[in-house]
Amino acid sequence: MSIFIDKNTRLVVQGITGRDGSFHTKQMMEYGTHVVAGVTPGKGGQKFEGVSPRGEAVMAPIFNTVADAVSATGANTSVIYVPPAFAADAIMEAAASGVQLVVCITEGVPVLDMTRVYPFVKERGVRLLGPNCPGLISPGQSKVGIIPGRICAEGPVGVVSRSGTLTYEIVYQLTRAGIGQTSCVGIGGDPINGTNFIDCLAAFEKDPHTKAVAMMGEIGGTDEQEAAAFVKQHMKKPVVGFIAGQTAPPGRRMGHAGAIISGSAGTAAEKLEAFQAAGMGVAKRPIDFVDLIKARLK
Amino acid sequence: MNLHEYQAKEILRRFGVAIPPGEIATTPAQAEALAMKLGTAVMVKAQVHAGGRGKAGGVKFCKTPADAKEKAAAILGMKIKGLTVEKVLVTVAADIGSEAYVGIIVDRARKKPVFMVSAAGGIDIEEVAAKTPEKIKYHGVDVRYGLQAYEAMELGFFLYQDVKLARAAAKVMQQLYAAFMATGCSLAEINPLVVTPQGEILAVDGKMVVDDNELDRRPDIEALRDESSEAQSEVDARKHSLTFIKLEGNVGCVVNGAGLAMATMDLVKYYGGEPANFLDIGGSSNPEKVVNALRIITEDPNVKAILFNIFGGITRTDDVANGIVTATKANPLKVPLVIRLTGTNEEIAMKILTENGFSASKDMDEAVQHAVRLAKGGKAA
Repeated sequence: MSIFIDKNTRLVVQGITGRDGSFHTKQMMEYGTHVVAGVTPGKGGQKFEGVSPRGEAVMAPIFNTVADAVSATGANTSVIYVPPAFAADAIMEAAASGVQLVVCITEGVPVLDMTRVYPFVKERGVRLLGPNCPGLISPGQSKVGIIPGRICAEGPVGVVSRSGTLTYEIVYQLTRAGIGQTSCVGIGGDPINGTNFIDCLAAFEKDPHTKAVAMMGEIGGTDEQEAAAFVKQHMKKPVVGFIAGQTAPPGRRMGHAGAIISGSAGTAAEKLEAFQAAGMGVAKRPIDFVDLIKARLK
Repeated sequence: MNLHEYQAKEILRRFGVAIPPGEIATTPAQAEALAMKLGTAVMVKAQVHAGGRGKAGGVKFCKTPADAKEKAAAILGMKIKGLTVEKVLVTVAADIGSEAYVGIIVDRARKKPVFMVSAAGGIDIEEVAAKTPEKIKYHGVDVRYGLQAYEAMELGFFLYQDVKLARAAAKVMQQLYAAFMATGCSLAEINPLVVTPQGEILAVDGKMVVDDNELDRRPDIEALRDESSEAQSEVDARKHSLTFIKLEGNVGCVVNGAGLAMATMDLVKYYGGEPANFLDIGGSSNPEKVVNALRIITEDPNVKAILFNIFGGITRTDDVANGIVTATKANPLKVPLVIRLTGTNEEIAMKILTENGFSASKDMDEAVQHAVRLAKGGKAA
């Protein structure tokens, strides 16, 4: 199976006629995602055309609002490709429309906008992924976002990551070694995002088809340390972790409050230590995931 | 983006916070004239984006205008954490009764702006946090309602028992919060918030960090950017939509995506090399971005080899290949180049590179090892 998206995902694309939105909608259609609707205010009534994996023409009706799109098509998931200035509103519009999952690809959303959006989404019981994330893919079933479909393969490994291209790199190395994935989820690197490592780890733990999890973190903050504590307390499935930025120079300081509130600087060393203390596998290089995961699948 | 103390104070003053009068000087003579105009003892304070200015000797008390001139002469041009002091703030020296700390930061964990206040203000607030955390009060604000009067009063009473002072401090909390939200900050702090022997509340130092993602919609704040306080190569990179941080090593790195860029630097180090920089060309890169990236990297005389690591998703690898060819035709490289690329349009990219006499690898580890070897003066494989 998979987490968050599967064969039953019915997708509405916000910003479907934009440069990025149209390009990636075509890619998603080609992968086999059920793109059931698009939204661009003022273009309601038009159609968006693409091609299915079998080369047949597919079409998605365009609506002026997400609410219209959901009531007409029964969409249950939304993906957002609108410019940063409009992203907060787009997320709230989606969360209010009745979809269960909102994936925001947009990069550069002001963090204070997210302080308003986050409680709005939570109070409605909607899952938000991102912003500033590559989205997610459940190989062979559905892809929502921008992760290249051809680097993935169906298989037993759950992947969760804070970054984009680094995720591709590791998924590609796993696939090349014959190790497929249940789902690959990019949670995004912004300070306030909708879904964190723990949400994904908990979902992978419940998913009967996931046998092991690969997790890619970065320096900064304490999300990885908290994830490690969750692995230790709540997970039976093996987890292998990696931290990017082991050699990054200490950043220019964000004033006094920055250092204090996180309780620590969020260095690679302390994160890797937390992984080890939780009994996780620790990949020193991206390529190390292959052997570490292989050993844990036996 | 960091604001200077004097810029943060101007903003706070606009929101009603009481700040000792002061102005900027760029020469000792100006500092003297300003001290004369203020007509009292002054502080001369280095304006650089670095903490620990006082400990570095960049903040001085001056009794007379002549004294201000002399101290300004010593501070202007001095280096604090590698940054040259170009400006000093000349400001009235406040009489200090007590010092408190008041700050707001966007907290990742609570997902809201969080106030931090402490009656133990001054320069050692981190030590307070480490040794006596009970002396700091944290309070998260729901931005949908804003900071309520009772919340501000709770914070005020945490600092002062006296109701008059507590009320005055509560007002400062409201003003700081308003300034924080209106400026698009990720951090704003007043340290110290001083009570004078006369019972007046004054913000004696202020700091603001603005969320870079706010700058597009706040041109007035973007206009406060001080490029003289940043490394020239980083300013140059930003103008071309590249993220660049200069480091001390000799392997120049060009990568798409921050996570992969960091992982590439880590791998350079793993194989015994030292990265010369962090450079993220971002997604949907056009050939011109690559040309600028190569130019910025080759301006660093330490660079002995250049490594491209491109995983094409949104980024089309043929765009990168075209950029490499264009850039090296215009300015032939003096150092060896190692290219790793895979992903979107890689067949086209490989063809472009081969036709122009370049070779490329699809394997990240192989490419990094090769670049490290070349930077050490080894032969091409």
